Amino acid sequence: MRPGGAPVAVVLRGIKSKVKNVSSHSAACEEKTGVPVARAVLIDMEPKVISQTLSMAARSGCWKYDHQSHFCQKQGSGNNWANGYSVHGPRHKDAIMNLVQKEAEKCDRLSGFFTVMSMAGGTGSGMGAFVTQCLRDAFPASFILNQVVWPYGTGEVIVQNYNSVLTLSHLYQSSDALLVHENDAIHKICAQLMNIKQISFRDVNRVIAHQLGSVFQPTHTSEGAVRYSRNPLGDLMESLVPHPEFKMLGLRNIPQMSENSLAYSTFTWPGLIKHLRQMLIANAKMEEGINWQVRPPLSGLPVSQKCCLSRAPHFNTSIANLVILRGKDVQSVDVGGFRDAALYTSWLNPQDAFNVWKTPRAFNKYEKSAALVSNSQFLLKPLDDIVGKAWNMFASKAYVHQYTKFGIEEEDFLDCFTALEQYPQSKAFCISFQDRNCSDGPRVQAEQW
Amino acid sequence: MTQSVVVQVGQCGNQIGCRFWDLALREHAAVNQKGIYDEALSSFFRNVDTRTDGDGIDIYKGKICSLKARALLIDMEEGVVNEILQGPLRDVFDSKQLITDVSGSGNNWAVGHKLYGCQYWENIVEKLRRTAEHCDCLQCFFVIHSMGGGTGSGLGTFVLNVLEDEFPEVYRFVTSVYPSGEDDVVTSPYNSVLAMKELNEHADCVLPIENESLFNIVSKIHQMTNSGKLGSTVKQNSLITSSAGGIRTDQAKPFDAMNNIVANLLLNLTSSARFEGSLNMDLNEISMNLVPFPQLHYLVSSLTPLYTLADVNVPSRRLDQMFSDAFSKDHQLIQADPKHSLYLACALLVRGNVQVSDLRRNIERLKPSLQFVSWNQEGWKTGLCSVPPVGHSHSLLALANNTCVKPTFMELKDRFMKLYKKKAHLHHYLHVDGMEQSCFSEAISSLTDLIEEYNQLDVSKGGPRTDPPRLKIAM
Repeated sequence: MRPGGAPVAVVLRGIKSKVKNVSSHSAACEEKTGVPVARAVLIDMEPKVISQTLSMAARSGCWKYDHQSHFCQKQGSGNNWANGYSVHGPRHKDAIMNLVQKEAEKCDRLSGFFTVMSMAGGTGSGMGAFVTQCLRDAFPASFILNQVVWPYGTGEVIVQNYNSVLTLSHLYQSSDALLVHENDAIHKICAQLMNIKQISFRDVNRVIAHQLGSVFQPTHTSEGAVRYSRNPLGDLMESLVPHPEFKMLGLRNIPQMSENSLAYSTFTWPGLIKHLRQMLIANAKMEEGINWQVRPPLSGLPVSQKCCLSRAPHFNTSIANLVILRGKDVQSVDVGGFRDAALYTSWLNPQDAFNVWKTPRAFNKYEKSAALVSNSQFLLKPLDDIVGKAWNMFASKAYVHQYTKFGIEEEDFLDCFTALEQYPQSKAFCISFQDRNCSDGPRVQAEQW
Repeated sequence: MTQSVVVQVGQCGNQIGCRFWDLALREHAAVNQKGIYDEALSSFFRNVDTRTDGDGIDIYKGKICSLKARALLIDMEEGVVNEILQGPLRDVFDSKQLITDVSGSGNNWAVGHKLYGCQYWENIVEKLRRTAEHCDCLQCFFVIHSMGGGTGSGLGTFVLNVLEDEFPEVYRFVTSVYPSGEDDVVTSPYNSVLAMKELNEHADCVLPIENESLFNIVSKIHQMTNSGKLGSTVKQNSLITSSAGGIRTDQAKPFDAMNNIVANLLLNLTSSARFEGSLNMDLNEISMNLVPFPQLHYLVSSLTPLYTLADVNVPSRRLDQMFSDAFSKDHQLIQADPKHSLYLACALLVRGNVQVSDLRRNIERLKPSLQFVSWNQEGWKTGLCSVPPVGHSHSLLALANNTCVKPTFMELKDRFMKLYKKKAHLHHYLHVDGMEQSCFSEAISSLTDLIEEYNQLDVSKGGPRTDPPRLKIAM
């Protein structure tokens, strides 16, 4: 049994992750001298972003960071994962873990840690992976959820694919779950849904913060519950990570639009749920441009045929899903569509594979809003892209000297590649697991997407 | 926040350096309205209380008292350095930051490197140590010199060696002015190739500059501003060649316009490390992302815009034009054509009011016309700094690791071989203590190897792309 209670956010600033909007009064903050103070530790190897972040929060007048709770150096990691992981990490481990310990001690009941980091740079990725390992060692009974920013496909950092491969393979060993945000997807949301013309990182981060808020703001996590959940992190893990091999989670929410449009829109729950379900099935990241042609296999068919059909292009099979509903009339919402066995692998009952949390309290000006956290195949293609590009670069040994300079050798790279190549294969293997048990028809080979 | 130290060696190095410090002060004065000594200033300047004796006490916060450049000025002739010390920038330099001699190096690399190197080694180390001690966190040395002469080329590369030995963790960025074919110094090919070997082995990044390109840019601007129509509306202080607004009010020197371009290059290169932005690009990131193999660290630079018109409105079309210009031949600081060669990596450092969506849109637009090496198809590194340069609303510095430097190096090798085959002027070099024939053969061999590495990459250009097979895991 893991303890419930408040999570501590360990915020690692690589390039730009800024979690704003932590305005909840229960889970993440504690009252102190009137203004809530975030339970957070800010870490960066260079000072500019942290000082901006601290002052911006303080200026808001609504909340702030504890000004002692940050760790900073003078010179960044130079986009070098090895520098973050092998040099800065060990060098500053004690100082950082002291800060974490202090925050942990302020909690009545510590449920776990929520880290925020990017994969493309050196600090967020390398140091992030190192700190996660340290958290796991120091707090073996606590949950660790890593929020990871997946970089743009092109044009942020040239060695981003190396950094990403190294990060993911390491996080997989110490983290309980990874909650992934893809810059490309969020950028599209800003462009097409929010109608922003000149998109800045601030806009992108605001969308990410909104999505996180829509999950972690207080809710009732069980039917008939009177009080808000005391342990959202634990409830999340329990719902979504039944198997330790599969821990990459994605986030979708609806609706998402600019404030101007909001005034002229009305939403119905059936409409929202229907769109959200199709976003899951068709692996769409937002409510525009959804492919309505993609369908789950029909449940009446014999199992073998069912397996064939579920190999239809782009159908996104899930291991588990969690829907979070906020706003008016939330008690009457029909989420039956998410309990369809066809959406899931066969190892869990749809009853267990799907959970719903509710609260009548509206979130962030949306009268009705729904969020979906899913453990599904959605990341297989992006992961394959990154591994492919990194492997391509590694084959020519480009940039490898920059990493060996700081202690990450070619064998270390190979280990990471091996670990990540295993992931999609095991995912497909598990999905075909159901085939082993079918008595009708020939055995269907697991196909890659 | 980190600090950088500029080491300017020889006549060319010091003249460029002088322009750099002038423009740096101008830039900080424009940004720093309150006269407070802030972190941005501290990257290149110390704040010293000069009322006390000796070195002066460093003041880390509060009002600006007296700014001193973090620099070392080295020249084996006194002319240029003396001029600086008598000019309006004299208060920016400490007499303890100078190393000078009287007779010069006679355009002889061996004299600069072996003779003066040996003689001044201790002095150099001591002065470098002192400047380093004044730094809280020293990140980078910028060496500015020319390749064709004796002091900048010989002593400059000697100092590079010393920097590596004494400060191995600190990055070494070298701005090198390469001689053109019609250089009036007969032995410039010897000096350049001997210096190249040192750059190959001891520099982290080299930014080669050619006078011809600088001259072309100056002419282009001259044409634009004097063509009548645009002349009156160009903002004078926005010209990349201008010293307007700087401290110097006396007669501009002939090379000033060209040297200002290089000074602006250095200011833009370090802008993201000094000022804030939504996507910071520190100097160590430049080295990390742009140098895929240790020897291939020669970066072709281009700066835009060259000037700004006085009207304030900047439609996004003009912004896009800026990106296109960065890839045009006319804006490169060496005579090279990256667009028709192979890119290994490219960095875009944008300053001013430009957002990530503008950056992405332009990368998407320009990508199809550029050839990137097969293992780095998305080889872009980007940085966004909020503070634009003086007189501009935005600007762009593009740094490319591109095989287009190969012709430059091949020409250099040819010119060297023409002299070397006839053993012309060799005796001047071999006379110097410590200088042997093997220095020449090793130098030319180093250059040949470098050219060959670029060749290997070029060979792969345009061929069918075969991705290496992925790992297969047995389950």
